[in-house]
Formats: sequence, C-alpha cells, structure tokens
Amino acid sequence: MSELAVTVLQFGVLLLLWILILSIIAAQGRDMTISKRSRARAAAPHPAPAQRSGPPAPAGTGHSGPTQRPRPRRLLVSEGPLAGTELPLGSASIMMGRAQECTLVLDDDYASGKHARLFPQGSRWFLEDLGSTNGTWLGDEQLTRASTVEPGDRIRIGKTVLELRT
Amino acid sequence: MNAAAQQVYKPRRNLELALLLMALTVAVGSQFLVALALDEPITTDYYVEGAVFAGLVLAFHVVLRLRAKYADPFILPIVVTLNGLGIAMIHRLDFTPSFSGVADRQLMWTGVSIVAAIVLLWLLRDHRRLRQLTYISLAVSVVLLFLPIVPGLGQELNGARIWVTLGPASFQPSEIAKITLAVFFAGFLANNRDLILLAGRKVGPVTFPRLRDLAPMFIAWIIAIGVLVVQNDLGNALMFFGLFVAVIYVATSRFSWIAIGSVFMLIGAALAYQFVGHFRDRVEIWLNAFDQDIYERTFGGSYQVVQGLFGLAHGGLVGTGLGSGNPNMVSLANSDMIIAAFGEELGFIGLSAMLLLYLLLFSRYMRAGLGTRDTFGKLLAVGLAVVLVLQVFVVVGGLTRVIPMTGLATPFLAAGGSALLANWLIVAVLLLISHSARQPVIVGPMVNATGESSSGIESRLQHSDGPGARESAVHRHSAHRHHHDDDETRLNHTPADQQAPADQGGTK
Repeated sequence: MSELAVTVLQFGVLLLLWILILSIIAAQGRDMTISKRSRARAAAPHPAPAQRSGPPAPAGTGHSGPTQRPRPRRLLVSEGPLAGTELPLGSASIMMGRAQECTLVLDDDYASGKHARLFPQGSRWFLEDLGSTNGTWLGDEQLTRASTVEPGDRIRIGKTVLELRT
Repeated sequence: MNAAAQQVYKPRRNLELALLLMALTVAVGSQFLVALALDEPITTDYYVEGAVFAGLVLAFHVVLRLRAKYADPFILPIVVTLNGLGIAMIHRLDFTPSFSGVADRQLMWTGVSIVAAIVLLWLLRDHRRLRQLTYISLAVSVVLLFLPIVPGLGQELNGARIWVTLGPASFQPSEIAKITLAVFFAGFLANNRDLILLAGRKVGPVTFPRLRDLAPMFIAWIIAIGVLVVQNDLGNALMFFGLFVAVIYVATSRFSWIAIGSVFMLIGAALAYQFVGHFRDRVEIWLNAFDQDIYERTFGGSYQVVQGLFGLAHGGLVGTGLGSGNPNMVSLANSDMIIAAFGEELGFIGLSAMLLLYLLLFSRYMRAGLGTRDTFGKLLAVGLAVVLVLQVFVVVGGLTRVIPMTGLATPFLAAGGSALLANWLIVAVLLLISHSARQPVIVGPMVNATGESSSGIESRLQHSDGPGARESAVHRHSAHRHHHDDDETRLNHTPADQQAPADQGGTK
C-alpha cells in the first residue's frame, strides 16, 4: 500500500470521527435545550400557561359550553385523627403530610412528612403521591402517578381518609 | 395544536442504526488501517473479528428495538466508536515489541461485555427493579471491595492490590463495585431524601441532617474509601468519593455538600500525602515531572508521565497517523496511558474528538436522568454519569498533569476486561433509564369541562389521549403550580421542580 494512500486513510479516520460527532449533535437537535424555558419560568412564574404555547389555544374558547361539571369546593377529612376537618379548595395546590409547612398537617403516624399533593388543573383536581413511605390510595388503588380525583372518591393516607365535596 | 405531536418522543431506532454504521466504519476501519500502515498482511482474522464485533453490536441494536424501543439513540454509537478505537489502538500496540496478544483478549472481553449488557437489558426490563436491591447491592459492594484483601484470592500488581485471581482468570472487583455502590446510593437517597432534607438541626444558614439518617451512607462510603486506601487504589477512592458527593448533592440540591466534599477531599489528600508513600511519589511526579532525579528514579519515577507528554507533543495538531507513531515508548501505553497513545497518533484533532465523544456520552447519561420520572432513576443515572466523567477526568487530568497521576481505566478504551464489562453494564442500565424517560405514558381520556382555567397543557393532554400522551404533562403542571403556590416548601421539593425543566426539554 502506498504511503500516500495510508496517509489519506489516516486523515479519513479523523474526518469520519468528526462527521460522526457533528451528525450526533445535529440529530440531537434541541433535545438538550432545557434551560431556556425553565429559566424564563423561574424568573416569571405567573404567566398563564396558555400563553406559553404561542397562539391562544382554541380549546380555551371551546370549553365554556354547557357541560360544566360541579366543581369541588371543599376537602373533607372523613376518617382518622382529624375527622371532621374541612378545608376550602381555592386555586392553590394542597400539600398533605406531617411536616409543619404542609397545607393540611396530618396528625397521622402512618403519613410521611410530605405525603401527597392535591392540585387543580382546569376543573379537575389531581392527586400526586410525593414518594411517601406508606403510599397514597385512591379508592382501592395505590397511586403510582398523578391521577384525577372526583368528588366522593376516597383518598386514603395512612389512617386518614379524605374526600372532595362540591 | 401540533405541540401534542411534537411532544412525544419518537423511538429513533433508524437514526441509531445509521449512526451505528458510521461508528462501525470507524471502529472496524481503523483495525484495517493499522495493518495497512504497519505493512502487516491482512489475514482472514481481520474480517472474522470485524464481523463478530459488528454482529454483536447489531444484535444489541436489534435487542433495543425489541425491548427498549425508546432508548436513547446516541449512547450505543458513541460507545461503539470508543470501544472500537480502543481495540484498534491496542491492536496497533501489539505490533510493537512491548505487547502481544492483548487485542485478542480485549476483543473477547468486548464480546463478553456486550453479551452481558444485552442479557442485563433483556432480563431487567425496568431499571426501577434495581431499587429493590438497594441493600443487597450494598452487601455486594462490600464483598467485592474486600475480595482483593482476602489472602490467596487477591493479587498485587504495580503497587496496587486490586486484583482477584481465580485460576487463569483475574478480575478487578472494584469496577463492578462502582455500579452496585451507585445503585445503593441512589436507592438509599431516593428512600430517605425527605428525612435528610427535613429533619436536622439548623446552624446558621446550613441545616445539618441528623447523623442517624445518613449513617448507612457514611458507613458504606467510609468502608469503600478505607478499603481502597488500604489497597493503594487512590484513583478509585477519588471516584467513589466524587460519586458520593455528586449523588447527595443532586438528591438534596444543597450546595453545602459540594463545599463539605471539597474540604474533606483536601483533608483526605493531605492525610494521604502524610501517610501513603505511594501517593507522595505521585505528588512529587506531578509537581516536578521534569526534575532529572525524579525522571531517572527506577521505581515511582516520572518517566511514564513525561513520555506521555512527549507523545502528546509529538502528535501535534493532526497526529502522526494511526499506526505511524511510537506510542509504545510510554509504559502501560495500552491501558493507563492509552490516551497518550491516541494523542500521539490521532493528534489534537483526534483526541479532542474522543474527549468530545465522552462529553456527549456524559450529556446523554444526564439527559436520561433528567427525563426519567422516578427519583431513583434520576439519582442512578446521575451517579453513573459522574462515574464515567470522573474516570475520564482522573485519567486525562493525570496524564496532562492537572492532578497527580492515579491509575484508572479509561472507559471503553483501556485494555482491561473488568472495566469494559462494568462500563457496558452501565450502558445497559442507562439505556433502560432513557427508555423509561422517553417512553410515552398512556393517559386516560380527559375532558376539560369548564374552560375557565384551561391551559395549553391540558389541551395537549386532551389531544393525545392515546398512547401518545405523556404523564409528565401532569407532573409539569403540578411543579409549575407548586412554584407560586407554596414558595416556602419549594426549597424542599426541588427534585419536583427539576423535573419540570427536564420534561420541558422534550416538548420542543
């Protein structure tokens, strides 16, 4: 093999390496652009979510129709040490657990510090387990991800049972 | 809104195949180039070995198609490129008088490692199952770390007692221990993060966690570091330390851990300098590499480091070309010092390309961690990414005299079966994590009934109420709400907040 050909091939390896790198970077596209949006959000945490997705969502107008469901207004503790306690539901999320900074401080030995969170979205409330030790039950099922809660559903945290009421 | 369509990740396995073909061209092509440049006859062995390597890699690709369709498409091509280049360089060094037959062993270990990674991927299915092994993996780590000290099993090589010999095979258990320790740290912190964050005494601006909450971690960590110091394996000690600090920092998002870690590292380095003769030599070499006395010392001299630097200098910008340099001038050129060999033969352009490949690999590991939704997966991915990047840093930093030289295997490049196996297993775990990160989650049909506070996010969910929707949309919203609703608790829940940006990245 002539020396020239070997040299050309040796440069070819370098070239191919860089082509590979550039195609990986090109193919990644904007997969790695995480920071810009989240930074903008951290700086101004209040923009209406709809504005973030460019043109106003047509969904916004389409939903004020007649299918309005009754909105839950209260969170009621129906069983457990705090039975009878009521909490009005606003637009803020509700943190439940034994930690003092929780919205609803559960005096329940089987609850974790920050046990679960109830948060509104649209007309619905979602329940999310925050990695609690003993789990959060919705009806008979243990929560594995955020799920919707309907008025009347039994939310069980340790020995406490909660319900949404309209 | 077409945002819904864009938000869902595509499997991108075809892209992976295309990149893999390029990677294989580099990997197998450089083998042939070595023979051409050295005027060696090209025997059928080359074709057989190339075909075996390509076959195994493509088998891995097919397994990914079957088992982890949404896994990150970039990890495998990057790893194949690095591994192939490593084999080519080891092969090239086999033609020099210093080495022989190492490349065949490396190729065999590559095969074993790829098969092991495929098996792990196939059997494990979901990385979350590793969480059940939290304490088992702690026990396994301790056993693995103690193995080399056991008389009769352990073997001392080049001043470090890190090998285990069983009949003809020798093994470096600390390589596997870094996976099991990462699993333990991730599992333990995922379980106890709240406790560590919330309970504790406040002294000034810093909250100190209660000792009993952290005790298992500290014990694991002290055992690891202690054993490694006894074995004279300072590179690995540094790596485990970095793993510990990085994982706990990510879990708690408190910068104080980094500060505490740095202080401890300085203290550790000072103690090692006082009491470990081996390390004192290394520091001397680091500071006065070009001192004539130190250079000419028969054992523990700076010959290796200086020759490595000369090699890099000889390579210059474009290198001497693969197969045309003298990388065998450096001792251990095919393992600890393989980066110097690459610097000489591929030059700055080639070496920076390889370092960039490591950076890309690291960023893909971190991306998998950011994308996945469970704390354990996040911490595990970060831990393993840190393991990778620390190894590269320790090796390249030692070579270029940024830090004292401590022997560690360059991931995927250096000759050494245990390190290769461990790194391929890490690849399998991270592919699984990235699969769960990018996999669409089925969300039940949701109807927004009021419209009064309907958001883009909600209609996105609604649009894709099939297998296309991602659960994270819900998560993202919750994290967003969380931001302005209870600011006090925000600090304690940073992982939830971090999750949001991670998910955001995918919505483009």
